[in-house]
Amino acid sequence: MNTLTRFLTAALVPLSLALSGCGGQTPKTKAVYLLIDTSGTYTQELNKAQAIINYLLANLNSGDSIAVARIDSGSFSEKDIVAKTTFDMRPSTANDQKRQFKQAIDLFAGKLKRGSANTDITGGVLQATQYLNETGAGDKYVFIFSDLEEDLPDDYTRDFPISLDNIHVVALNVTKLRSDNIDPRDYLNRLDNWQHRVTEGGGDWRVLNDLERMDRLIVAN
Amino acid sequence: MDSLLTLWSANTAVSATVWLLLAMTLLYSGRRPAHRILLSAGGGLRNVLRLTSRSLVQLERHLTRRNREVLLAAARADAERRIEREFSRIQTMVARDLSGYPALHRDIAAAIDSIETTYRESGENPPLPPAWSDVVNTIAALPSHGDPAVAKVLNNIKGAVEDTHKETLKAWQNSSAERHKLLSRMQPEWRTLNSKMDEVARTVDGLDSRTHQLDKQLTQFEEIRRGEDAAVRSLTSSSLTQFFIAGLVLTIALLGGLINFQLIALPMSEMVGGTSYIGAMKTSDIAAMVIILIEIAMGLFLLESLRITRLFPVISSMDDRMRRRMMIISLTILCVLAGIEASLAYMRDLLALDREALTQSLTGMSAAAEVSGVAASHAEFRWIPSIGQMVMGFILPFALAFIAIPLESFIHSLRTVLGLLLVAVIRVLAIASRSLGNLLGHSATLLTHAYDLLIMLPLSIERLITRRSPAGGSTDEIAAVIPDVEADEEETAARAKGRKPRRRVKETDSDAEAVAV
Repeated sequence: MNTLTRFLTAALVPLSLALSGCGGQTPKTKAVYLLIDTSGTYTQELNKAQAIINYLLANLNSGDSIAVARIDSGSFSEKDIVAKTTFDMRPSTANDQKRQFKQAIDLFAGKLKRGSANTDITGGVLQATQYLNETGAGDKYVFIFSDLEEDLPDDYTRDFPISLDNIHVVALNVTKLRSDNIDPRDYLNRLDNWQHRVTEGGGDWRVLNDLERMDRLIVAN
Repeated sequence: MDSLLTLWSANTAVSATVWLLLAMTLLYSGRRPAHRILLSAGGGLRNVLRLTSRSLVQLERHLTRRNREVLLAAARADAERRIEREFSRIQTMVARDLSGYPALHRDIAAAIDSIETTYRESGENPPLPPAWSDVVNTIAALPSHGDPAVAKVLNNIKGAVEDTHKETLKAWQNSSAERHKLLSRMQPEWRTLNSKMDEVARTVDGLDSRTHQLDKQLTQFEEIRRGEDAAVRSLTSSSLTQFFIAGLVLTIALLGGLINFQLIALPMSEMVGGTSYIGAMKTSDIAAMVIILIEIAMGLFLLESLRITRLFPVISSMDDRMRRRMMIISLTILCVLAGIEASLAYMRDLLALDREALTQSLTGMSAAAEVSGVAASHAEFRWIPSIGQMVMGFILPFALAFIAIPLESFIHSLRTVLGLLLVAVIRVLAIASRSLGNLLGHSATLLTHAYDLLIMLPLSIERLITRRSPAGGSTDEIAAVIPDVEADEEETAARAKGRKPRRRVKETDSDAEAVAV
């Protein structure tokens, strides 16, 4: 039915263009920035992050952008971006780019042995907003693959509002810490704090812990 | 609201009664104008709607007449075309078969001459053996009287006569054999003559059937020209049938176009890019659609230049050389587009394979497939869908080219169908308008009755007074006392014209009815 609609729309497009003065809505491109927590024991979850990246690569199309960055002690840096690309307009070239991207991620996952001492999530989110705004995409996503426990170095300042206008922030696989088991309110407070920061900044906040439902990652928005 | 309800008394019931009585009095006083308003409004609306209905009926008639004219004109043109084609066939037949008639005539004449000559030759009879048998028998029967010399002479005479007889018989037999030979030489001439005559008969039969066909066409044409109802009905029915059949074939063609679109839309994104948009549509989709539309257009031109369809009078009226050129150009472009589509279909297959391989590598399925050997076993059959897609990509443009034939039928029959639909809609509107007018007219009368029902109390009192008063008249008579300038003027005018005013009559009737209530 979708093909039929496309066929009929394409057949009627000269007429529709004449009537609407070329004022049709162009479908939006997507830009995705995935932050991977590499601190402490969370590195063990890296294979899940790879699965998410593969899912994203399979579902993003020509013109879409993707970047993967790690969260370490100081994440507000281009050096933390593991791989980034904007897919070419030709599908075959886009497929090649996806293969190269996957290789880069596999290489990164293979090399990563030891986690960082601190966790600068805010810096990573700031870096993500800059990248996403530069792409000029219609739909912008920040996926945070972390336990959301921020642990900044002593001299770092991150307690200021972040501008996240029109950006969808999705927290993925937010694992419970040992302390959360003792007092679950810590976990809930952590989620609430992040939700507050994101919504205050004009963004949209979601949590997706069940990675079996990755189809909701982009489509749901 | 409450203050109004308790305006006359603190007791709501008393106040409401006062209000009711006041209202009744007011309504009673304004009864005649109210009736007049209701009736004139109802009558006016009814008249307007009846007028509308009448106009619609006239429009319907005009449209039906116009549809009939258009249908007959189209049918006349079609019949002329068919008759022209029949004449052309007859002309071809005459030119092909009867142009050789002089030669055929010469052949037949030569064959007849030859037969005649042979016949004459076979007619020269050799002399028949003389009737010597009687002489021989007579001589043999002569008595010899025992004279050996006489017997010998007689025997010699008999022998000589018999020898002569044998020779004559032999000569006669030879002559007969010669005649038979001549006659047998006539046989091929007869056969030739027979086949030539058969040929002539076939040609004449063909011509005869064509003339019968032409007769039928001419009869139909005559019926159409006269505009007979039977012909119109038949043409309408034929148009509807054409419309549905052509619609069905066009739907099938649309599905074919859909498959074609599906085949070339993806590889088109490789050529024009997958991120470019015109409005809300991908440029690659539009490009694919444009290719399909160009194929259909080329098909239209091809069939038009072949004179199979007649959608473009300019093309059909071109001279033959130009038309042939156009046919070759259209066919060439169609073949080139078919070739492009075949290559695009192959490219689509390659892209699908690439995408499949990527998806497998992303989901980790490729390694598993390699282990199980599934991929290897499937690879050897991969060429089948590839070839299938290429063949489809090549064939579909030609199949789409034939869309011109049902399209022509559809367009021609669409005029008739739309005309019929429009007539039906107008007829329904006319009926609805007339019904609504009548309904409104009756509703107005009903409202006057309802009005009287509201003031039933003062009306009853009035009736009582009228009955008790010996000189008392009816409600109308009492009402007539009330000065009514408009009614008087109308009545005077009506009297001057020597007729009763209609409205007055109606009102009197309604008043009488009200009194009866």
